[in-house]
Amino acid sequence: MEIQLLFFGIATDLVGKNTMLYKIEENSTIIELKKSLISNFSGLKNINEFAIAVNEEYADDDLIITHRDVVAIIPPVSGG
Amino acid sequence: MTINTSIKITSEKLNLNECYNFVQDASCGGIALFVGTVRNATKNKEVILLDFSGYEPMAIKEMQKIADRALEKFDIHKISIHHAVGELKIGDIPVIIAVSSAHRKAAFEACEFAIDTLKETVPIWKKEHFEDGEVWVNSHP
Repeated sequence: MEIQLLFFGIATDLVGKNTMLYKIEENSTIIELKKSLISNFSGLKNINEFAIAVNEEYADDDLIITHRDVVAIIPPVSGG
Repeated sequence: MTINTSIKITSEKLNLNECYNFVQDASCGGIALFVGTVRNATKNKEVILLDFSGYEPMAIKEMQKIADRALEKFDIHKISIHHAVGELKIGDIPVIIAVSSAHRKAAFEACEFAIDTLKETVPIWKKEHFEDGEVWVNSHP
């Protein structure tokens, strides 16, 4: 299945894009997505220190991703 | 609770009067304001400007959650949380939090809660620009 990935902050620089379509296995969890991203993007080797949001809500590692979800890679925030 | 909250992300200059006027009310005995300002140095290194960017739809949701939680947790009347994005220079204002309450303690506590939580949960990032380069704050590649 295909999902949309969004990259923010330093993740944008590490991947060189701010958005892309990405293929993963059906019923993948967040932790499986992280493993897949680490193997495809060497820049994201520290992704386990980043938060992930699915459809604009923070997601736990065991959340199951569904087709067409929008998944955002959220490096440590620094607003304020 | 949205009638008691004002949430905004903008690339325009933040307006202190707008935040003040939103929260002020005859039933309130005080207003607490937190105004974040761009500092001229990080670890003794001179900063030229800060570039703020955000995941805006999610940042708005997270800011709304903070305002709603502040209204539940503290005896306050209204709360306003405004954040700027884009390039800000030294002394410019990236964030304003205004809280009104009948008695001052609740306003102080809610204001501190709001800025502390914003810095932990709201998906906004700043990049520091120096004479000799730039760095994402809080990130270590």
